[in-house]
Amino acid sequence: MSRLDINKTYKLYIGGKFPRTESGRYYTVKNSKGNLVANMCLASRKDFRNAVVSARKAQVAWANTSALNKGQILYRIAEMLEGRKEQFINELILQGESAKSAKLEVNTSIDRLVYFAGWSDKYQQFFSTVNTVSSLHFNFSNLEPVGVISILASENFSLLGLISLIAPAIVGGNTVIVLASESKPLSAISLAEVINSSDVPSGVVNILTGKKSELFSQMASHLDVNSIIYCGNDENIIKSIGELASENIKRTVFYEKNDWNNEFYESPYLIEKTQELKTTWHPTGI
Amino acid sequence: MQKKEDKNIFKASWKYSEAKESTDHIQIQKKYELYIDGKYTKPIKNQYFDTVNPSNNKKIASIAEATAEDVDVAVKAARKAFNGWSSLPGKERGKYIFRIARLIQERAREFAVIESLNGGKPIRESRDIDIPLAANHFFYYAGWADKLEYAFPNRKPKPLGVVGQIIPWNFPLLMAAWKLAPALATGNTIVLKPAETTPLTALKLAEIIHDSGLPKGVVNILTGAGETGACIVNHSDVDKIAFTGSTAVGKFISKAIAGTKKKATLELGGKGANIIFEDAAIDQAVEGIVNAIFFNQGHVCCAGSRLFVQESVADLVIKKLKNRMATLIVGDPLDKNTDIGAINSKKQLSTIENYIKIGLNEGCEIYQSECNLPKEGNWCAPTLFLNVSQSHRIVQEEIFGPVLTVQTFRTISEVIEKANNTPYGLSAGVWTQNGAKIFHLTQKLEAGVIWANTFNKFDAASPFGGYKESGYGREGGMQGLNPYIKFE
Amino acid sequence: MLPKLNDLPVYDTVGVNERVARFGTRSIKSSSKVEGLKLAISMIDLTTLEGKDTKGKVQQLCYKAMHAHDSFQDVPKVAAICVYPAFVGIAKKALEGSGIHVASVATAFPSGQSSIDVKLIDVKSAVDQGADEVDMVLSRGEFLSGNYQFVFDEIATIKEACGNAHLKVILETGELDTLDNVRKASEIAMYAGANFIKTSTGKIQPAATLQVVYVMLDAIKDFYIKTGKMIGMKPAGGISNSKLALQYLVMLNEVLGEKWMNKDFFRFGASSLLNDILMQLVKTKTGMYQSSYYFSKD
Repeated sequence: MSRLDINKTYKLYIGGKFPRTESGRYYTVKNSKGNLVANMCLASRKDFRNAVVSARKAQVAWANTSALNKGQILYRIAEMLEGRKEQFINELILQGESAKSAKLEVNTSIDRLVYFAGWSDKYQQFFSTVNTVSSLHFNFSNLEPVGVISILASENFSLLGLISLIAPAIVGGNTVIVLASESKPLSAISLAEVINSSDVPSGVVNILTGKKSELFSQMASHLDVNSIIYCGNDENIIKSIGELASENIKRTVFYEKNDWNNEFYESPYLIEKTQELKTTWHPTGI
Repeated sequence: MQKKEDKNIFKASWKYSEAKESTDHIQIQKKYELYIDGKYTKPIKNQYFDTVNPSNNKKIASIAEATAEDVDVAVKAARKAFNGWSSLPGKERGKYIFRIARLIQERAREFAVIESLNGGKPIRESRDIDIPLAANHFFYYAGWADKLEYAFPNRKPKPLGVVGQIIPWNFPLLMAAWKLAPALATGNTIVLKPAETTPLTALKLAEIIHDSGLPKGVVNILTGAGETGACIVNHSDVDKIAFTGSTAVGKFISKAIAGTKKKATLELGGKGANIIFEDAAIDQAVEGIVNAIFFNQGHVCCAGSRLFVQESVADLVIKKLKNRMATLIVGDPLDKNTDIGAINSKKQLSTIENYIKIGLNEGCEIYQSECNLPKEGNWCAPTLFLNVSQSHRIVQEEIFGPVLTVQTFRTISEVIEKANNTPYGLSAGVWTQNGAKIFHLTQKLEAGVIWANTFNKFDAASPFGGYKESGYGREGGMQGLNPYIKFE
Repeated sequence: MLPKLNDLPVYDTVGVNERVARFGTRSIKSSSKVEGLKLAISMIDLTTLEGKDTKGKVQQLCYKAMHAHDSFQDVPKVAAICVYPAFVGIAKKALEGSGIHVASVATAFPSGQSSIDVKLIDVKSAVDQGADEVDMVLSRGEFLSGNYQFVFDEIATIKEACGNAHLKVILETGELDTLDNVRKASEIAMYAGANFIKTSTGKIQPAATLQVVYVMLDAIKDFYIKTGKMIGMKPAGGISNSKLALQYLVMLNEVLGEKWMNKDFFRFGASSLLNDILMQLVKTKTGMYQSSYYFSKD
């Protein structure tokens, strides 16, 4: 008799741990034949709230980690992902991708991680400036992370779209709470496992699965979140997010196109969108 | 002869037992060939020279000597590999360089031990500074390989072609990293010559380059002495020379390539001014002096070898410095407690001893800490020359050893003038807790690297290089890419 | 006399961090390690300062102090026991004839937020029961408000009340914010009559750190140069393993040297450190890593 497989339970990833949703709810992911692929946690607002607490707690120490270290950690995530390539390709195929596009998506994801790892100790040089003011002052402007970012990931490109937003945000010193693709959530949780084994401190990346329509308003209104990134083109959601974010002047970033396999997204400007600019003056006369 | 009042009341009484780093896990061959076109090849003229351990002058291995014929073979291999290497997508080039960085990290301890065995520097320094910085340098530049357009906005950067790189003996592996990493990231192919006295870590790096799968011919390593270097400089198919070494040789190279299309960057000697103001954090400034001149036995081009101390705190600083020097341990480079290792070669030791003689002849007041120098090998005790002036030869010329000259100054403008009064311009240090003073001095000092309230700090992300006769071109940082590209 | 406080040396924190890290790269092996470990034991003030301390607890601790690990030869005795004033008498009796001192915390330890009268009574009760040493706390609130004369006077008054007992002044460096403040507080304490300056009460984090100890040793050095008087130093709290203890001894060795490398001028305020050192000592003899099962916990 052939051997029976141990099916995987997909849980949430919060604060470096894998808890189930506190609400106990679930939703199903089925394959093209209508068979069950997995029961996903249907995350609640309390899960989101807990994730924000973890993300906030981790943010300052993560931002103060040296750029060298952050780059090496992102490179490590790439190393781990490369090692589990087959699993990720299979998961994408399970969720309806062709073998060819699944392979391309996973390879591109790994390379994109390496791409952003390489920016960690360089983007400051690119975006910072020494400003020649008229008075006897040394004046310089440099970037600082905005803080805690909530991310509503794109529905398609369920792995690549995720990495294209997580990598630049965390290499820039931010911590994130991500709501995975609703229809294709498997890669997100497997990615959480990879991240968890890559020396990423707990709380830097938090991943939830669930319904966008249920969670987006909390993700946009939570006053202890500094920025929100929405991937999608639902005009109502975009408008709602804009209104809710106004409560604490949250920085809003919208990606409507979501053609994540485009090389256009390999750019330091994705990091810049997660940063604040600080200008400092110091006298130079004696 | 030390005066009675100088007797050290804070003498350390607890002597540390020997704490030797283990060496049984490292692998050194008895004989090393040249590394050309992805394989180890015998030198055409079949000549070899010895490389020794400077702490006992015993031979470690036989090293191949590359002659003009070998240089020609290597340059041809580099030229052949150039098209393929430079047309690889940047991201793939980057991956090879990331691999090299990771491999160095994996073999870090072996590299550290061999660096100390071959060069004389304390194992603590090769372990904690040289090797990690080298790995990080590859890591840093790997990330630039697919991002070059961002470093040169509005221009299309292209590699130069075949570059010849000649590196010194004071930071053998680190200098190899400083040269190879940016050159590779920008798509060039390379012929590298390590220094005559310190070939081993470059040869171990060749093993890593081989293991990383780097396409053959992209990096070629030729061992040899000055002759070999001259052959590389003069080879007609080399597009660029990168040299770190003495100003004298730098001038020679500069003349040799005049009129040719060859580009060059030169990182030469220095006579760094280390300036301590009365409002400095004195204790940290004293530590800064130690880091500036005794770190790596003073074999550092950017050493703070001229101390300028404000007269009002001069006595205090010197007293504290002497106390601190008493705790410096000179000894076996492989002992983890050694602070100051062996002088790299007999030749360098005699250069240093000659300068000490000159200093004494010039009437300078000498101070050396008490230490038991081993009988075999090349050793020099940490040395101070006090109450010197700009006109003393030992203040003007680079000694390249653990010898510090000490001058007093009274005003800011005086010290700026004296600090800049030298043909060199590599580094300077400023110690004061007053921020405006720092910025004022950093703007006025003529040096490529200025350390405020610190010294001898290096980072792959930080550009390094000199003004005036300390050379031109920068290594490290975004600016470190410039020397290896040309624009269409 | 309150010393001049505006031209005290200043410290660059990044520089101090690098300096103390370098002490940690010293590799202490074989005979120098055994030497260091034994020296460390002889410098321990074995401490119990809990609200739930009782007569029985203190007596058992005193026995441990005298018989740390009888199965191993040549284990030195600890320097002192450190307890609350209520237990000084009990400790004195239990340690009779052993040569181990009794140190008592006092002056409304750990906060020091009481009137001088209360503090004096506190000190008196310890001294009357025979305490050899008194560990007082600095008035941090007054210090941070800039009332340096008050702080100076308070220490001088307590010193007087100690009589023949030695006075340690606890600076509570974890509340002093900057290294420059640690230097300033050290200076005031030494000029006011402290025999020892001590880092912490052990009741808050951070307790002793290499950085603050370095600054305090530097203060002691300068004080000796100016006055010829030797002051002792005691890091307390957070020193729970031998490696760290040895790192402190390396720092002491290379900053103050020979004259301070004994229990008259250096103490460790610790409790679990003792067993960790004993385990290391036994390991150096047997070559085997030890387990806490084999060392008494009292």
